[in-house]
Amino acid sequence: MSVPTKLQEPHLARRHRIGKAFEWACCGSTWFGVVVLGVLLLSVGWKALTWPPAKDKPANSSTPTVEVKSTSAPLSTKFFSSYDSRKPREAGILAAIWGSLWLIVLVALFSVPIGVGSAVYLEEYSNEGRLKRIIQVNLSNLAGVPSIVYALLGMTAFVKMFGFFTKDEGKLLVINLLFTTVDVPLPFDRALISGALTLTLLVLPTVIVASQEALRAVPSSIRTASYALGATQWQTIRYQVIPAAMPGIMTGVILALSRAMGEAAPLMLIGALTYVAYTPGDITNVSDIFKNPHGLLDAPFDKFTALPLQIYQWINHPRAEYAHLAAAGIMVLLTILLLMNTVAIVIRHKFQKSTRW
Amino acid sequence: MTIMQSFTELVHQRQQRESAKRNRPVETEVTKLDVRNLNFFYGEKQALFDVSMTVAERAVTAFIGPSGCGKSTFLRTLNRMNDIIEGTRHNGTVLLEGQEIYAPDVDVVALRKRVGMVFQKSTPFPKSIFDNVAYGPKVAGQRNHRALSEIVEQSLKRAALWDEVKDRLQDSALALSGGQQQRLCIARALATNPDVLLMDEPASALDPASTSRVEDLIFELKQNYTIVIVTHNMQQAARISDWTAFFYQGYLIEKDHTLKLFTTPKKKQTEDYITGRFG
Repeated sequence: MSVPTKLQEPHLARRHRIGKAFEWACCGSTWFGVVVLGVLLLSVGWKALTWPPAKDKPANSSTPTVEVKSTSAPLSTKFFSSYDSRKPREAGILAAIWGSLWLIVLVALFSVPIGVGSAVYLEEYSNEGRLKRIIQVNLSNLAGVPSIVYALLGMTAFVKMFGFFTKDEGKLLVINLLFTTVDVPLPFDRALISGALTLTLLVLPTVIVASQEALRAVPSSIRTASYALGATQWQTIRYQVIPAAMPGIMTGVILALSRAMGEAAPLMLIGALTYVAYTPGDITNVSDIFKNPHGLLDAPFDKFTALPLQIYQWINHPRAEYAHLAAAGIMVLLTILLLMNTVAIVIRHKFQKSTRW
Repeated sequence: MTIMQSFTELVHQRQQRESAKRNRPVETEVTKLDVRNLNFFYGEKQALFDVSMTVAERAVTAFIGPSGCGKSTFLRTLNRMNDIIEGTRHNGTVLLEGQEIYAPDVDVVALRKRVGMVFQKSTPFPKSIFDNVAYGPKVAGQRNHRALSEIVEQSLKRAALWDEVKDRLQDSALALSGGQQQRLCIARALATNPDVLLMDEPASALDPASTSRVEDLIFELKQNYTIVIVTHNMQQAARISDWTAFFYQGYLIEKDHTLKLFTTPKKKQTEDYITGRFG
């Protein structure tokens, strides 16, 4: 008889109830995000796969049947192979896809060497001290600066080049490579390279901080062991530290690039176009690169548009069909971002398995 | 005293094994390392006080002492591993074959190639077994694959690991067992062809079977290398070392032939430590 009284505790049932309630609250928070994403995907996906019902059927009764047959849904193969158009059922995102692709490649080309270089300097070479602390705090702050602020900087520095070159002169810098020449307009104006450099500024702090964290995660015993075998600091960094940190760096870079890919505001401010009927360097598919390799060099100085801009422009359009086109564009953008994030996750997992210290 | 008798027993066992192998007279001791009046500081904190000691060539010298007594710090001054740590400084001289290793014209990279080091925690690089062993020669400029293969085979054989890994040299070194990883690290250190091998508690993280393999290995290696080993295991010191040095609170208390130190220590502190009265 005495045993059950011993096991009794005051308010035990109530305490358990509170615990249960907390668990449900946390569960609810988790599902909130999942449900919102699900609803978003469903509504956008539905829109992307259907055209709106034609309101003014009697007005032009002869054409709709033909159009509906030619493109059964906004998201079709034709959508990927056509430029934007005044006729919504013929519009596509070819220019925007190539614009975004070029942006990402250029941003990666600029931000990886600069970002990884700064991270290596800060983590491996620089001494602890006030200067390093100041740089570190600045980096964290820069990572949080709104993109529109970077856009203003990009506008001044790249599009206008501080007004050093007056525009009507139409200055051209002709760079002579051994086998060919490249015409570089000065200032860059609204060219692809202006957008890429602006987005580079935007993602650099993120890339640097992510790379620093990856470098810091490499155990110091690896460095010590390398030094003990008679390696110099450069050899230790080159052969041990950077390879070991590579998965972390790559993950950080890809996530930063996917952020850059989704940015519309900076591109809008630096004046990227929204109605474009050509692709940078006239490259519309991979085989064009081999037909006209010079296009690769010209592309960065062409005017351009990008996926988020194209979507924004379509959404603003009064005609209902364009909203469905925008939905199709969103699906494309989301798919690309999802793929990039998947690659980042795969890289992380693959290397986590192979390197456990 | 039973503890001292057991140490005597261990030392005698080693000497018996040794006399069968020894191909040089016992008494010709050549000095490899000569440390004079070494003081060492981590920032403001002094870790070593006026340490003077010689290390004999082709012999095993063991450092014993309680944790934090400075034995590992002293070991790391011998290949300037402490240089990596910010805010350390020293005074005094460390001579390797009569040459001051802290002299301004000595390149620390060249020094570490001659004075190899094995750490307490095995630290294989996340690369293949081959690449781990070939790393030292590679960073020193050896690019010829055939020469590298030869060095790798030689080093793995010397570290008594060749038979276990010869069929899977391209496998990740991280797939090896703890004991194998430590022998891999020894092979890796041997690959740079050092004169001196510093070992910082090389067997403390290993199981008894692996420990005994590493100890056998050290016994073999001293035919060709000068070995300095830090250990917190006094039986191990008695089993493998010719010389033993006892450190306490940053001071070198006593260094002598292992048998003498364990049986007739001159200092009271040494006797207290080896009989287990403290530490």
